[in-house]
Amino acid sequence: MSKPVPTEPAVAVDGLVMRYGDKVAVDALSLTVERQTITAVLGPNGAGKTTTLETCEGYRAPQQGTVRVLGLDPVRDRSDLIPRIGVMLQGGGAWSGVRAMEMLRHVARLHAHPLDTDALAERLGLGDCGRTPYRRLSGGQQQRLGLAMAVVGRPEIVFVDEPTAGMDPQARRATWELLEELRHDGVTVVLTTHYMDEAERLADRIHIIDHGRLIASGTPLELTRGGSDARTATIRLVVTRPFPPGTPDSLRSTLGSETEVTQLDELSLVLSGPADASTLAKISGWCDANGVLPESLSLGQRNLEDVFLELTGRELTP
Amino acid sequence: MSLDQRGTFAPRPGAAPFHRMVAAQAAMEARLMLRNGEQLLLAVVIPVIVLIGGVEGAHRMGKTFAHPAVDVFTPGVLALAVMSTAFTSLAIMTGFERRYGVIKRLGSSPLPRAGLLAGKVGALLLVEVLQFVVISIVALALGWDPDVDPLGAVLAFLLGTAAFASLGLLVAGVLRAEATLAAANLVYLLLLAGGAVVLPPSSYGAFGSVVQWLPSGALGDAMRQAFIDGRTSWLDLAVLLVWAVAGTFMTSRTFTWE
Repeated sequence: MSKPVPTEPAVAVDGLVMRYGDKVAVDALSLTVERQTITAVLGPNGAGKTTTLETCEGYRAPQQGTVRVLGLDPVRDRSDLIPRIGVMLQGGGAWSGVRAMEMLRHVARLHAHPLDTDALAERLGLGDCGRTPYRRLSGGQQQRLGLAMAVVGRPEIVFVDEPTAGMDPQARRATWELLEELRHDGVTVVLTTHYMDEAERLADRIHIIDHGRLIASGTPLELTRGGSDARTATIRLVVTRPFPPGTPDSLRSTLGSETEVTQLDELSLVLSGPADASTLAKISGWCDANGVLPESLSLGQRNLEDVFLELTGRELTP
Repeated sequence: MSLDQRGTFAPRPGAAPFHRMVAAQAAMEARLMLRNGEQLLLAVVIPVIVLIGGVEGAHRMGKTFAHPAVDVFTPGVLALAVMSTAFTSLAIMTGFERRYGVIKRLGSSPLPRAGLLAGKVGALLLVEVLQFVVISIVALALGWDPDVDPLGAVLAFLLGTAAFASLGLLVAGVLRAEATLAAANLVYLLLLAGGAVVLPPSSYGAFGSVVQWLPSGALGDAMRQAFIDGRTSWLDLAVLLVWAVAGTFMTSRTFTWE
């Protein structure tokens, strides 16, 4: 007899509020994660990503709102839920004197049907450092061991917190490929990141959070297209001397209401709107008329960085 | 399962049986304890030095006891071994586990807290048995001729472990890792010198009537009675039980796993 395919989402967060003292870390956050997808929670440091993840992992009880993972309450149903999820913490998690493979085998032994630890280690490029004590592993090796520990128990969901922070490009690619294979094999992946390229490349769905609030959700394409005009592009203008006062308004009136103007600092701003020759000509004309010398004027497709900038007026990765 | 692609990572979650998890945890912690140089020093080297030094010293200074020196010192050194492992090693190890996020990491593994605690107790008992074997071999080589009361010895061993382990966790739970390291070593040294572990409380003069109520004095005496007189010392065992209950109560109120 085949099991009925579960219909409830892998993760459902509803109206979650978490405070540390006076500081609100998560502010009425609601989001869902569909099964067998890679879902990225994207936001700057301190946005509330880790706190949200830790309520899903049962480390913290929601102060307000509800959190369900695989339909279970992570605190109340902890003993049922925990064996079904895999967790990669942001750092640490091993004895300083334990050898890499010894640690991985130990975690494997706590599970009923673990993966082959040697094959997994090989896959993650940990084959050479199997006998190295944890404290002597590089940051990237520690990260990969953390990922291996998260998946070795063959979980239904893995929560990975900033999985590629501190990794070299090669290890990063290996990690991305592993996460994609997990999804292919039916595992739900929830990752936090502040790398937009990571979210853009990997995620089926992205939740952007800032100051503990959900500010946008969608597929990478939906988010970068802004839902409307596919010709929308982003123009970055950097100048040699500070912009005169009132620059954003002055530019907007020059370029028309279709163009969004966001000033980043006194020397740079971002325009987003129709990208055609006439817009570029108008920008040059405006610079000339205002005595501003452009140092660079670059044109590109909207990416998540630009989306974040438009939504918050700040850059994601300063 | 029709949607299942059955790849390498196809989900098949589940916890190992409880006893297997506890055995794995105990073996792991015991290995780590024995691998750590400082811990090994505490567990084996210091007790053996105290034993040989005590017996030789008594011989050279012509100090005599009611029984041969090795018979007097060995039970005390066994008590010292319990104290070093159940109190000092456990406190230091747990303190650093908290610091390095090991306990947090294990919190998201199938091993429940009760299993973690059981694993720690298992590791302590494993290491202690090993210590007993080494110390006994050295003692026998020095001519140890014990008159053993097995019940008293086993109860002293278990209740001593329980009392010191609960106090060790208490220290690890309230102090930071470095402070735990310092405090656990300091308490160990103070009790070694003045806690009536190796020498009977009677050697401390008037102070002896105080130290016999300490877990160190009670454990030392319970061991001495079990190995010298072949008796079960119910009073000392009761003292250890009270320490174990008090320590467990205070630990349960203050200890946080992270």
